[in-house]
Amino acid sequence: MATVIFFASIREDLGTNQMSVDIESGTRVSALINALATMNGPEWGAILKAENIKIAVNQELITSDIELNAQDEVAFFPPVTGG
Amino acid sequence: MNFRICVQQQPFNHQDEYDALRRQSLSVGAVVTFVGTVRDINDDDTVKVLHLEHYPGMTEKELEKILEEASVRWQLLGATVIHRVGDLHPGDEIVFVGISSKHRGDAFSACEFVMDYLKTRATFWKKEKTSDGVRWLTTRQSDVDAAEAWQT
Repeated sequence: MATVIFFASIREDLGTNQMSVDIESGTRVSALINALATMNGPEWGAILKAENIKIAVNQELITSDIELNAQDEVAFFPPVTGG
Repeated sequence: MNFRICVQQQPFNHQDEYDALRRQSLSVGAVVTFVGTVRDINDDDTVKVLHLEHYPGMTEKELEKILEEASVRWQLLGATVIHRVGDLHPGDEIVFVGISSKHRGDAFSACEFVMDYLKTRATFWKKEKTSDGVRWLTTRQSDVDAAEAWQT
């Protein structure tokens, strides 16, 4: 099971902070997003494909549509605003 | 080179952090510290509460990467980053960055670099409760520009 985590405005927009998703190793991030939209509704696709969304896999920011491992931790969040 | 990274709800003690950096070694000839605080007015609205959220685990890793990069660019003896999370109020301290080095130039530059990178890379998010309602803050272009300026 992959762990999918949402932070800040993304979490509030989706109404959930974390979920487990059964994926096969080799699933691309884009396919995971499509699966989440199929499971939870098309608005999930719109939110998770927004232009400025940031995605981290195993706590490393990614910038391309990489292949996931079945146990990965995938996080979606808006641009950071700390400091 | 000693790193200290801490994400915490409770306030930090500036004097204690400064003392730790100063006492790291007798080679220390300069200590530069920066403290960020909560402003009472943001974008013309009165701020009542500033809530800070972060990504536990990734935040610490990102901060460590930033300090590592700073220690490659400059000759540092010590570096501390403390960032608070949870509910803060106007006047509260949010973030502490402290750098110790042999000479002031390294400490000044590294301190600014760490703050500029923290602003654009560390996984923190701010939500403001103002007189006008609740809103998530968005990235300032000036912060993005400041971080990019270090890459040239």
